[in-house]
Amino acid sequence: MTKRIIHHPVLDSIEETDTVSFTFDNHKYQALRNDSIAAALLVNGVRTLRHHEESGTPRGIYCNIGHCFECRVTVDGKQGMRACLTPVQEGMAVTSGGKLLTSVRDWRSQNE
Amino acid sequence: MNKVIIIGAGPAGLSAAITIAESGHSVLVIDEYMKAGGRLLGQLYKEPNGNWWNGIKESQKLLDKAVDLGVQINLHTPVSNIESINGLWRIYTEDEVYLTSHLLIATGAAETPLPIPGWTLPGVMSVGAAQVMTNVHRVKPGDRGVIIGVNVLSSAIAMELKLADIDVACITLPKMNSVTEKHGNPLDVMNSLLHVSHMAPSTFVKLGSKLMKNDFMKKMGITFYPKNGVKMWDIPIMLRKAVIEIYGDGAVEGVKIATISTAGEIIPGTEENIKADFICIAGGLYPLAELAAVAGCPFYHIEELGGYVPLHNERMETTLPGLYVAGNITGIEGAKVAISQGITAGLAIINSKDGGQQEDKIKEAVNFTEQTRNKAHIQFHPEVKVGKQKLQKYWNEYLISVKNKVHN
Repeated sequence: MTKRIIHHPVLDSIEETDTVSFTFDNHKYQALRNDSIAAALLVNGVRTLRHHEESGTPRGIYCNIGHCFECRVTVDGKQGMRACLTPVQEGMAVTSGGKLLTSVRDWRSQNE
Repeated sequence: MNKVIIIGAGPAGLSAAITIAESGHSVLVIDEYMKAGGRLLGQLYKEPNGNWWNGIKESQKLLDKAVDLGVQINLHTPVSNIESINGLWRIYTEDEVYLTSHLLIATGAAETPLPIPGWTLPGVMSVGAAQVMTNVHRVKPGDRGVIIGVNVLSSAIAMELKLADIDVACITLPKMNSVTEKHGNPLDVMNSLLHVSHMAPSTFVKLGSKLMKNDFMKKMGITFYPKNGVKMWDIPIMLRKAVIEIYGDGAVEGVKIATISTAGEIIPGTEENIKADFICIAGGLYPLAELAAVAGCPFYHIEELGGYVPLHNERMETTLPGLYVAGNITGIEGAKVAISQGITAGLAIINSKDGGQQEDKIKEAVNFTEQTRNKAHIQFHPEVKVGKQKLQKYWNEYLISVKNKVHN
């Protein structure tokens, strides 16, 4: 299980007291205030943030600093938010994305 | 409009902001991340003098100084476009369009991904992602990781993961293909590793420094390189094995690796599985320069600087009026070089605004940047100075072409 690093041989210790509750796909989780959504979910053992719009395969963080957009989730109704850049807040409702009904695939035979 | 705008709150952007604010000009720094510091935040290594370079503390120092001087810092603000209209730069963000006569782009670097079968599985991340998760967010990226890609960045971050008590099963190569070629060839990797050997007080260094005097010996080194790797910080570095695929059902469960020939080809029948719950892909860094590209800067591909860089001079001026660049967008180097480039860019901006009274200070800052480069603990490319000379040559050619246009 993925864990919080409270004590570190070089970096300062962190406090685990200021927590917030939020939901991801209607499941309730706790994390530290100002954790990124990605970190808040990872510490709770959640790696899959969405499923690919076309293939439906699971995706998690890749770059963790906003470049790759693999971690996009819906936050309080707003789509396309990057879980790695968005701090988690008390009562926040985060939902993942899934396979879309209309495929954007190129159906020509050479692209099968 | 009189406010100088800086895109990027990393070491280059913040030090430029400090320099400009110290001269009494107002400054706005924009960054899309949730904290100031950029890639500096994750950095953690021991310097030759025994002190730890703690990126979080260094970032905080820069931030505190900037805020004390009245610098405005807007985080959570992605910039989607910039353009110059009637001599003013327009900076487009989701909520607002900012205008300025002097714009500094200090957007830093991004990581090159290495395409490997299975790389979209949750649990596969860039090596920088694992660094930020560990040092900045203080969450373990997993219990046991495998790092694919042997280079300066991955060896530094492997050590940081160990510090946080995270098990790293091994650092190994990606299977060679047309994309991963230079990352998958043991000899190329061995060459590029030699200049990080000072960071590794281990048998690897001794092996390296004795064997690697010439090409023949390098080949011998690869030929006799132990199949199970040489340990650095107790982590096996496997130059004679490559990851064929990352496997797992819905999330990472491990990697399939095989022994490779000295030329990087898979030796059939040597496949084995290594269990892991997270995988780091380390393809190295390249300058993150999209905004300079949409602005219209001419670009040159300079291998020694890590990729395409916008044309600029040593004063950090681009060819476009009022547009400056600093930090890793100008080439992949350490944070200390970025800081001195930020100071130089800041002085060049003040010089432009105040009608040129900073010439001596700019010269001093340019010299200081060179000294910092010479003393750098971590050099991402051993020939970075050659890269800078190439860039200067392109700049000189540009100046001549401008002169010719005026005469015609």
